[in-house]
Amino acid sequence: MDLLYLIILIPAVSAAVLLLGGGATKRWGHLLGTAAPLVSFLLGVVAFARLAAGDEEALTQQLFTWIDTGGFHVEFGLLFDPLSALFVLLITGVGGLIHVYSIGYMEHDARRPRFFGYLNLFVAAMLTLVLADDYLGVFLGWEGVGLASYLLIGFWQHKDSAAVAAKKAFIVNRVGDLGMALAIMLMFATFGSTTFAGVESGMPEVSAATATALGLLLLLGACGKSAQVPLQSWLLDAMEGPTPVSALIHAATMVTAGVYLVTRSHFVYEQSQAAQLAVVVVGLVTLLWGAIIGCAKDDIKKALAGSTMSQIGYMMLAAGIGPAGYAFAIFHLLTHGFFKANLFLGAGSVMHAMNDEVDMRRYGALRAVMPITFLTFACGYLAIIGFPGFAGFWSKDAIIEAAFAEHIVVGIGALVGAGITAFYMTRLMIMTFVSERRWASEAHPHESSLVMTVPLMVLAGLSVFGGVLLLNGWIVDWLEPVFGPEEHVALPIPVVVMTLLTLAVVVVGAGTAFLLYARRRVDVVAPRRVSPLTKAARADLYGDALNEAAFMRPGQYLTRSMVYADNRGIDGAVNGVAALVGGTSGRIRRWQSGFVRNYALSMLAGSALLVLAVLAVRLA
Amino acid sequence: MSGSEAAIPWLTILVLLPLLGAGAVLATPRRGALPKQVAFTVSLATFVVSVAVALQFDVDEGFQFVEEYSWIATFGAHYAVGLDGLGLVLVLLTTILTPLVILASWDDADSGRWSVNSFFAWMLVLESLSIGVFAATDVLLFYVLFEATLIPIYFLIGGFGGARRSYAAVKFLLYSLFGGFLMLASVVGLYVVTAASASGPSYLLEDLMNADISTSTGRWLFLGFFIAFAVKAPMWPVHTWLPEAASEATPGTSVLLVSVLDKIGTFGMMRFCLNIFPEASRWATPVVMTLAVISVIYGALLAIGQQDIRRLIAYTSVSHFGFIVLGIFAMTTQAQAGAALYMFNHGLSTAALFLVTGFLISRRGSKMIDDYGGVEKVAPVLAGTFLLAGLSSLSLPGLSPFVSEFLVLAGTFTVSITAAVVATLGIVLAALYILYMYQRTMTGPVRESTQNLPDLRPREIAALAPLLLLIVVLGFFPKPALDALNPPVDRLLEQVGVSDPEPTVASDEEGPSK
Amino acid sequence: MSVTPFLVLSAVLFGVGAVGVLVRRNAIVVFMCVELMLNACNLAFITFARQHGNLDGQIAAFFVMVVAAAEVVVGLAIIMTIFRTRRSASVDDASLLKY
Repeated sequence: MDLLYLIILIPAVSAAVLLLGGGATKRWGHLLGTAAPLVSFLLGVVAFARLAAGDEEALTQQLFTWIDTGGFHVEFGLLFDPLSALFVLLITGVGGLIHVYSIGYMEHDARRPRFFGYLNLFVAAMLTLVLADDYLGVFLGWEGVGLASYLLIGFWQHKDSAAVAAKKAFIVNRVGDLGMALAIMLMFATFGSTTFAGVESGMPEVSAATATALGLLLLLGACGKSAQVPLQSWLLDAMEGPTPVSALIHAATMVTAGVYLVTRSHFVYEQSQAAQLAVVVVGLVTLLWGAIIGCAKDDIKKALAGSTMSQIGYMMLAAGIGPAGYAFAIFHLLTHGFFKANLFLGAGSVMHAMNDEVDMRRYGALRAVMPITFLTFACGYLAIIGFPGFAGFWSKDAIIEAAFAEHIVVGIGALVGAGITAFYMTRLMIMTFVSERRWASEAHPHESSLVMTVPLMVLAGLSVFGGVLLLNGWIVDWLEPVFGPEEHVALPIPVVVMTLLTLAVVVVGAGTAFLLYARRRVDVVAPRRVSPLTKAARADLYGDALNEAAFMRPGQYLTRSMVYADNRGIDGAVNGVAALVGGTSGRIRRWQSGFVRNYALSMLAGSALLVLAVLAVRLA
Repeated sequence: MSGSEAAIPWLTILVLLPLLGAGAVLATPRRGALPKQVAFTVSLATFVVSVAVALQFDVDEGFQFVEEYSWIATFGAHYAVGLDGLGLVLVLLTTILTPLVILASWDDADSGRWSVNSFFAWMLVLESLSIGVFAATDVLLFYVLFEATLIPIYFLIGGFGGARRSYAAVKFLLYSLFGGFLMLASVVGLYVVTAASASGPSYLLEDLMNADISTSTGRWLFLGFFIAFAVKAPMWPVHTWLPEAASEATPGTSVLLVSVLDKIGTFGMMRFCLNIFPEASRWATPVVMTLAVISVIYGALLAIGQQDIRRLIAYTSVSHFGFIVLGIFAMTTQAQAGAALYMFNHGLSTAALFLVTGFLISRRGSKMIDDYGGVEKVAPVLAGTFLLAGLSSLSLPGLSPFVSEFLVLAGTFTVSITAAVVATLGIVLAALYILYMYQRTMTGPVRESTQNLPDLRPREIAALAPLLLLIVVLGFFPKPALDALNPPVDRLLEQVGVSDPEPTVASDEEGPSK
Repeated sequence: MSVTPFLVLSAVLFGVGAVGVLVRRNAIVVFMCVELMLNACNLAFITFARQHGNLDGQIAAFFVMVVAAAEVVVGLAIIMTIFRTRRSASVDDASLLKY
């Protein structure tokens, strides 16, 4: 389709207008900013319809030659295939809703147009990421979303904590980008091409070592962007950004880019068992890691952030399983996009009502004052814990089944994760909306305005009915042109038993939370004497402490000592030579005594020497 | 090397125009903005001429606009100038930056040791000499101009800089002369070699490319050239003059020094080291690549540890020059085209960074990072341009330095995985030094000392906007520059006698599926 | 006629002059010693001219005389000025031009 580029260009132009326009856009900036992703969404729908009509396998468009030198040739091309199509709709659809919500949320912020500019910039970059047909194009979007994320986390950068969190997010992401950059270089060195098509066609011929290296490097990139262990530490801090940002970037879209990358590169992982195993392990570790953190956080956004990490762990896990899991990874990614955006926006609505208080211990019994927020939040809650019929139920169940088919340990891990998810989400739900009122007297909670609640309702609807995508295995069939036919694997136990088992675990998790938080008073101040596990979870399982001890401290020491060495060592050597020359000449010039007789004597001596030399030559 | 005689001596015009302009600037009365206006007009006229030259340039041809007159016949020296794609790109860099620098330095010379006129006159002299250096196709002419560039920059640093300007200027001069005299020895050596040949002495590049230089002689002469260029570039471990000079000079001088003058080092490596001494260049490759990788990491780590904004930028340049040298000596088309493009892009991005920090420093009167904080709140345009310039310095995709840096790394990867991997670590460090500086200066609560900082004035925006625009445009559309650079790089690699390694797995598809 | 006595005289005169320049402090005396050395050279020149039977040496001697005359003018002027300002003609006192 010839208008494919407009999907990216419209938000990009809008971002440019808003960011360069400054104060002039104050009155209409938010409208322009909101219209841009919605128009892109419409274009996306049109393209989707054409794709669904089934005439073409994918829509492509070559825009211009980006880089061309020697054997390195990169076209700026767009690829709208079934996988990209789903992402485009998710990004522009959910993104559009979040833009609408932000109109209300950021109403009192003087820099609202700039906020929308950043959001548009993000949407444009994210669309580039999913529409590019070349790894270098993906990398462009990849770093672009990193930049947008940096700008948005640090939107309130007059707060030191926000500025530090933004910087941390960018730098940790850069570590991941390192992997991605190296992967692209390796592709170029191996295939002479960095397009999806070029890499895919060459992949069967590469050595196992190259395939594994490629897989691991891409995984490193995915870990950075998707906040997977070991590069998870930035996501919790990223909650310093305004809440719509957390919903859009750090829940629904950007953090799932890693999953996109891994599934998009399925042809790489299919050539390397080791790389696949690494993806599974990363996914499994992260899903438990995030879930455990989520249990101990009192900050509502951080609890949700832990949950995001955990859910993306599920997706990674599914993506690592292979053809049996790709479609479910994407399915879960979509449903997660719906319900997590819903939950975050709901949390934002609560914070908005509570004077930006984020501590759940100061919430309680909000369901009466914020009925719409409560109801929509509840939909999201039921979806995430996998209540039968809700979106999350279908997608998470599918992943747990695939995990059991992969290996019993992986299956149990995923199952336990589901239980913990039920626990922390129930805890969050109870502490926020149920239990007794714990707010300070100056808080006057109220329901948010329509502009904020309507997106909540839409997202709640999607959280409830998102499961229809799996109707008749639609999503699996839809994605078949990209991933190839799904492999049906035999489960060790019947599917019904599986589902019941999962439900039982969920009930246990939710029940435990109910007993712990609904039946007992919740302290307004977090208890200090807690189990070591809670302490560790509150400290993000010591991820930051590890980074600090392993990289930051030694790094600071290294740079400091190098600055010293540069000044004293290298520059010292240079200045030392200068000092030596200066000192020597200082001594020698003392011979210039100023006495004429001395000079005369040295002249005489010199002449005598000359004569002697001549004589010596003559006589010799 | 094919060349066509030019009907109009375009290059001589380009060299003489700023030189005569410098005279005019000195002759104008010393009051008001008149000398500045004259200087700006002259530099703008030079830019227009250079654009006219660029428009006539045919990327597929070899040296163009060739002029050749015998200068000192006994030495075989000529006044010989000509442009290939590489020279053209760097001449354009010079002519683009000079008017912007003059515009940005409008008030910087008011408190100098000497008159405002001399400041702008020296800048124009520098422009003239730089164009000459990039256009020279005779080694002796190149050498003379190369050394002559030291004169204006010495006076620009020593006359108009900060507190330690004399120290910085002398250090710069001694360093450069040290390298320059080693080069002089090699230049003399070249005379000895060619004088012994049947065709008599000649300093013309094309004669030297075909000269029969024995292996050991070639290596010695190569070293003389290379060390001079390494000092100029500057590479680790001969870099310590740069932080001093860049930190003490006015921002405009720093731009001309780092963005234009230092390029002569890397330009010289490509133009002279590789062309005249292909064998020696291949021989030196492992050592040079190691030094380049060390420069990349070393410069980045030191930048992180700096307290002084300008020194920090200077160290980032050490890192970036490491990339350029790495690209040149990786000897693949991608890496060399990337390195050549990097020279241009680094010029733009560092210029933007020096200028915007210069504006910042002139407002607060301190170069120390710790004296700032929260500037974003009071001067958002300043902060925004600073961030954009910084992002280009950390090679964000979509901005021009990314293309060149990635080409260098990808090209290096095909010949040395280790070098590429270590150098790629530099991109993480780049994020650290830029964002750490940005965080400490621009974000956080507004400080008492920064709360009254005015935002950028129109003149300052006018000086920055073209740079930032070019950075963005070339980030997405570097094709014109690459088209100009590819043919000279191909010819150069042919002269050196290396070819790109083939991809290990031939992919059946050349491009994306259509 | 043997030239040896003339050359010996010339050498002795030169030696006397050289020692005088080195050991005397009075600028006038030093100056006269310099003249003595110059004239010792002149004597040697003329002796050699005589020995070789051509005029080269004599011409050289004339040159030396002219230069010596010019030198006397400049030198005495300098000594006079120094004496006027310092009330001393000792060369050791005029040692400011050092280091």
